[in-house]
Amino acid sequence: MANKIPRVPVREQDPVVRATNFEEVCYGYNLEEAQLEASRCLDCKNPRCVAACPVGLQIPRFIAALREGELSRAAAIIAEDSSLPSICGRVCPQESQCEGACVLGIKGEAVAIGKIERFVGDWKLEHAAELEHTTAPAKGRKVAIVGSGPAGLACASDLAKWGYEVTVFEALHRLGGVLVYGIPEFRLPKERIVAREIAEVERLGVKFEKDVIVGRTVTIDSLLDEEGFDAVFIGSGAGLPRFMGIEGENLNGVVSANEFLTRANLMHAYDSNYDTPIYVGKHVVVVGGGNVAMDAVRTAKRLGAEATIVYRRSEQELPARVEEVHHAKEEGINFRMLTNPVAVLGNEQGWVTAVRCVEMELGEPDESGRRSPIVKPGSEFELPCDVVIMALGTSPNPLIASTTKGLETNRRGCLTATEEGATTREGVFAGGDAVTGAATVILAMGAGRKAAKAIDAYLSEK
Amino acid sequence: MFKILEKRLLAENIYLMKIDAPRVARAALPGQFVIVRADKVGERIPLTIADFDAEEGSVTIVIQTLGLSTRKICALEAGEVLADFAGPLGRPSEFVHEPLEELRKRRYLFIGGGVGTAPVYPQVKWLKEHGVEVDVIIGAKNRDMLIYTQEMERVASELYIATDDGSAGFKGLVTALFEQLMAEGKHYDECVAIGPMIMMKFVALTTKRYNLKTTVSLNALMVDGTGMCGACRVTVAGKTRFICVEGPEFDAHEVDFDEAMRRQGMYRTQEQRAMAIAAEREAGHKCRIGLDK
Repeated sequence: MANKIPRVPVREQDPVVRATNFEEVCYGYNLEEAQLEASRCLDCKNPRCVAACPVGLQIPRFIAALREGELSRAAAIIAEDSSLPSICGRVCPQESQCEGACVLGIKGEAVAIGKIERFVGDWKLEHAAELEHTTAPAKGRKVAIVGSGPAGLACASDLAKWGYEVTVFEALHRLGGVLVYGIPEFRLPKERIVAREIAEVERLGVKFEKDVIVGRTVTIDSLLDEEGFDAVFIGSGAGLPRFMGIEGENLNGVVSANEFLTRANLMHAYDSNYDTPIYVGKHVVVVGGGNVAMDAVRTAKRLGAEATIVYRRSEQELPARVEEVHHAKEEGINFRMLTNPVAVLGNEQGWVTAVRCVEMELGEPDESGRRSPIVKPGSEFELPCDVVIMALGTSPNPLIASTTKGLETNRRGCLTATEEGATTREGVFAGGDAVTGAATVILAMGAGRKAAKAIDAYLSEK
Repeated sequence: MFKILEKRLLAENIYLMKIDAPRVARAALPGQFVIVRADKVGERIPLTIADFDAEEGSVTIVIQTLGLSTRKICALEAGEVLADFAGPLGRPSEFVHEPLEELRKRRYLFIGGGVGTAPVYPQVKWLKEHGVEVDVIIGAKNRDMLIYTQEMERVASELYIATDDGSAGFKGLVTALFEQLMAEGKHYDECVAIGPMIMMKFVALTTKRYNLKTTVSLNALMVDGTGMCGACRVTVAGKTRFICVEGPEFDAHEVDFDEAMRRQGMYRTQEQRAMAIAAEREAGHKCRIGLDK
């Protein structure tokens, strides 16, 4: 019986060693391990994993192809629905998507779908040169994509495959959006994985232009009216950091997780060959419980600081991927659950010395269904530290909406768009975090692909 | 890659560079800045635009060598390239969007201090081209450190010079010269001051006494320059604002300058360390016990 085989463990870097370096934590499966794990799949008639995947990846089909040793077929099956398997296999919250729905998980352990996907994705990158790309004949229509993150890349590759002339505009000096500025090297290698998956998109004929800030360097209007683009897709993400609005937040030593991670990831501040400085001090407190908080706290630890997570709910409610929390614990991160900062304290020179916190307890569930935290009276205490990193979530950048006529946003600053990605302005489509607010790589990718279909339909009619 | 079309030494450690950046040149307006990265290991640093020419496709920046990154940029020569030159960033000066008939009723005073004189120029030039009267005060340590005097003379209605040692023009600080002008009976409707934070702080304190509406252009630490990192946070009228997207120009009388100056020093220790290491390396020293990591 296939399901008698226990889930194949994945090889990882030793926690003590990896807490001091930026090399990838998880080594992933080799062919033998991946095929053994693939043999656990029951190939259900009604695959619940497919329904639970935001892009409807044909999971049992590619797993079967891998089991049969047909790797290029497995890669092709994935490519029908996803252009970034090496990335998604690493950063998707599988436990709440495909693996969370796996029948095997009811009594035992789910199939390690993410790890298998990663294996197939990495195999494809290794063999990219031998694989053929099929692109439809040129349509002679131009589409501009704003942002080279997951939404933009997914939208761009589909449109390029269908024969559109696609140009991606990126504000930063490096392609990949949150994949390069947000997610750390130890979780998603930049050169080996991200740059190569982007090179694949480039091979489809997509053009990339860096250092172009849409809303400043050019506008949506100038792209449509002056540069001859027939449609625009906005995948500009959610890059604006939130702060708590508490006393002492502008002291030296308080930074947003975005700043901290951008310095470390995009600017390579952890590498002494690069010029960008970063400050960690002796003890770093990270406020928040999402993936970004985990990334920040683990980066701080690797840079030599004692590192602590402060989160206002309990461990059960942590929004981060289970694997990230598990890895963080292994690496010696301190977790202060049911704790909320009320002020940042500083010395006479204006540098952080501590966070004043209160203890919380969980009350009734709120509109999100999570039990809302309530302050325990008289529980105030001070947590000494020299750096405070705010990882409280992000919202979309207003730069594009505020410089484009007819583009509506909701009260959270997210672009208004239909399920298919059509905004309130004709010819302008949007998807990913710019529409939903901060979410996941896979959801952004799914939105990019939906919008590609909508753009194709729009331009075919026009 | 962005080619350096021209490079000139304006004063000791102050260089003018004209950069080939057609997209930035076409979109630029007075008051905006760019983010510059010298090479692929370089830092992203914000620099205020000193001039732009949409037809030629060029943007001019003026840089003073202060730290590792500015030194790196200034070491490049005409014909060489900058890795990145992104912009224009920030909001243009408010007057750009005001009706001209209103502007023409006003008399402006611009105060430029040190290297901050350069970004004053495109603003004065724009106002002059649109028929608005502008007087300008340029302040510098001494005669040799004065920049942009000839250019400014062409666009300013009246140009006043102040040097700390009196080697050119008025002897003393720009604030003292301003007070002298006021004592002489000059009248201004608006003031714009750009220069070192400490100068802007004292200009703000001085003009407040005269109830003169004053705008300052703040320089801060930034990484992306598009609102992503929040390193440039500043308190204006008791509220936290991002200089990169909500500025760089703010009402001088509402800015918390002490906090802004303190925040500029956030990475000073690391920067000084990096400078010291770079100097050691340049001198041929190779650390064998890893202290330069």
